[in-house]
Amino acid sequence: MSEHILAAETKPWREAAAKPFVRVKNITKKFGDLAAVDDVSLDIYQGELFCLLGGSGCGKSTLLRMLAGFETPTSGSIEIDGQDMTGVAANLRPTNMMFQNYALFPHMNVEKNVAYGLLREGVPKGEAMQRVAKMLDLVKLDGFASRKPHQLSGGQQQRVALARALIKQPKLLLLDEPLGALDKKLREETQFELIRIQEDLGVTFIVVTHDQEEAMTLSTRIGVMDAGKIVQIGEPRQIYETPDSKYVADFIGSVNIFDGEVDVAAPDLMRINTAEGPVVCEPLAGLTARQKLHVAVRPERIKLSRQPVEAANTMRGMVQEVAYMGNLSVYRVQLAGGQFVRVTAANGLHDENPISWDEEVYIGWSAAASTVLTQ
Amino acid sequence: MSGKNFRRRFVIAVPNLWLILFFMIPFLVVLKISLSEPRIAIPPYSPLWEWVNGNLKFNINFENYSYMWEDSLYINAYISSIKIALISTLLALLIGYPMAYYIARSPEPRRSILLLLVVLPFWTSFLLRVYAWIGILKTNGILNAVLLWAGIIDEPLIIMQTDVAVYIGIVYTYLPFLILPLYANLVKLDDTLLEASRDLGASRISSFFRITLPLSMPGIIAGSMLVFIPVIGEFVIPTLLGGPDTLMIGKVLWGEYFSNRDWPVASAVAIVMLIIMIIPIMVLRSAQNKGAEI
Repeated sequence: MSEHILAAETKPWREAAAKPFVRVKNITKKFGDLAAVDDVSLDIYQGELFCLLGGSGCGKSTLLRMLAGFETPTSGSIEIDGQDMTGVAANLRPTNMMFQNYALFPHMNVEKNVAYGLLREGVPKGEAMQRVAKMLDLVKLDGFASRKPHQLSGGQQQRVALARALIKQPKLLLLDEPLGALDKKLREETQFELIRIQEDLGVTFIVVTHDQEEAMTLSTRIGVMDAGKIVQIGEPRQIYETPDSKYVADFIGSVNIFDGEVDVAAPDLMRINTAEGPVVCEPLAGLTARQKLHVAVRPERIKLSRQPVEAANTMRGMVQEVAYMGNLSVYRVQLAGGQFVRVTAANGLHDENPISWDEEVYIGWSAAASTVLTQ
Repeated sequence: MSGKNFRRRFVIAVPNLWLILFFMIPFLVVLKISLSEPRIAIPPYSPLWEWVNGNLKFNINFENYSYMWEDSLYINAYISSIKIALISTLLALLIGYPMAYYIARSPEPRRSILLLLVVLPFWTSFLLRVYAWIGILKTNGILNAVLLWAGIIDEPLIIMQTDVAVYIGIVYTYLPFLILPLYANLVKLDDTLLEASRDLGASRISSFFRITLPLSMPGIIAGSMLVFIPVIGEFVIPTLLGGPDTLMIGKVLWGEYFSNRDWPVASAVAIVMLIIMIIPIMVLRSAQNKGAEI
C-alpha cells in the first residue's frame, strides 16, 4: 500500500552509517535552578515512530515543546533534516504538533480547523478545501466538515486534531499524549489507526506518552526518560527483554527485582547471592566478585507449580494473593526470606483445581530469564 | 413535594418582586405621566382618568410624543447622545482592550494588583472624580500648566466645556465597566490555542486577529454594552465638563423636569430613551446566548 521507506522495516538505527533525520545534541532546559531536560542527546531517523516514555515531570513534554519551538533550550541544539533550528520561531519550523487537549479552535468548524494551516501558508482556498476533504477522508471524518468541535465526541476531536496537524505534510509530527484522553477500548483501536496513517504518509512521528503499553504497541523505538535524562533508547523488545537499569525494568511492564551481590563471575557460570538464596544468570563480562547489583525476572518467565520445578533457579513460597484476569492469573507468592514475587500464568481451559490462596508452591525460572542490572 | 414547589416559587418570587417594585411600577408611573397633559398644579400634570358625574372618563394624550417629533431639539439630542455613546464606547474599547489583555496575560500576583488598580477609582465618589477632572482640564489647570512648562504648547488649550472634555470624562468613568467583563473573558482563553495557531504557521499578530479576537467577542460586546447603555442617558458628565453646545438627552430630560416643569414631555422623552436602549440590550442578550454555545 505504501511507497515510503518504512523505518519499522529498514531499522536504520542499527547501522552506524545511517544519517539521522532529527538530531538533538546535548540539550538542556532549566526552569530557574531546576533542569527539566538535562543534557539529552538523541538521534531519530526518517520515517520512525519514536516514543518518549516516562512518568509525569520527567521532561518528555518539555523536550517535545523544544522541538516544536515553544520553549527555547538553555543550551544545546536541535537539527531537523540537516537544518539547525536554533532561533527558528515555532511558526517557521517544518514541524506540526498534536496537542494533548487537542487545542481545536472552538469558533471554527472542522473544515476550517483543518484548513487553518494551509490558508496561513497561502495555499489558494479551492486547493486547500480539496486537500482538507482528502485528509478528512483519511481520518474517516468525511461528513463532519461543518460540525463545531463541541459537537464531536472525544475520539472524533482526536482525529480532527490529527488531521489538522498532518495537513501541512510536516517533516516531523510531534504528538503529546495523543491517546491520553480516550477510553481504553477506543485507545486500542486508535493505536493501530495511528500506525496505519503514519505508514501511509511516511511522516516521522515523535510521540510523548506515560503509557508503556501504548509505547510498546506504537513505536519503532522507545526512549525512556527519568528526571530530565534519557535512561535507555531501544526497540520495544530490547527495552523489555534487556533493560539496562532497575528504573527501566520497573517502568516497562512489571518485574521482580532481587537485590544481591556477585558470588561467582566465571565465563561459564554467573551466580548472584540474594536474600532468597543464590540466583543463576547468563554469564556476563565485566562483573567482579562482591559487586552489588540487581536481578530482574519478568512475572511471565516464572513457572509456578505444586511439584518441584526443573529449572536453573528454584525457590519455595506461599501463595498470598491470586487475581483472576480472564486470560491469565496473577499470583503473589511470598518466598521463604519474606520477599514477594509476582508470577503470571495462562489459564487453561476447565482447570478443575487451580492453585489458590495459602498453598505451598514451587517457583522456577531459567538462567536466561534473569536479567542482571548494575544500576 | 408541594413544600419543595413552594420554596422554589419563593426563591423566584424575590427577584420578581424586586423587579416589579423598583422597575415595573416606576416605569408604569412614568408611562402614565407621559400620556397626560401638563398643568400648573401639584402634581404638574392632568390625571389620566377621572370620575365625571359617576362616569369614568379617560384623558389619554399622545401630544407629548408628537411634540417631540415637531421640535428638532429632541431628535438632535437623541442622535447626539447615540453619537457620543458610540464614540466613547469605541475609545474605551481601544484603551480598555489592551489593558484587559495585559492584565489577563500577567502572572498571578501582578494580575491581582492590576485588577485592584482598575476598580480603585470606585472607592471615591463619582461626582468628586468628575470635579477633579475640572481641576485638571480647565484653562489654568494642571494639564495646561504641565504642557506650558514643558514647552509643548505656547498658549493654554481650551478643553473644558467642549465635547473633548465630555469624552475624557466618560471614557475615564466607564473604562472599568469595559475592562472587567473583557478581562473575565480573556483570562479564560486557553494558551494552547495560540500555540496551535503558531504551530500551524500563523504569526503572533495573525494569531491574535484569528483566535484571540473572535474568541473574546462575547467579552467585547458585554463590556461595550455596559459602557454604551448608561452613557446614552448620562447627565452628570456632560453637565459638569461639557459646554452649552454639548447636547445629550440626559441634559434635555433634566431641563424638562426641573427648569420647564413639563413632566409629561420629560416622561415621554424618558420612555423613548428606554425604547432606544432596549435595542442594544437585545443585541447583548443574543451575543451572550451565542457565547454560551461556544
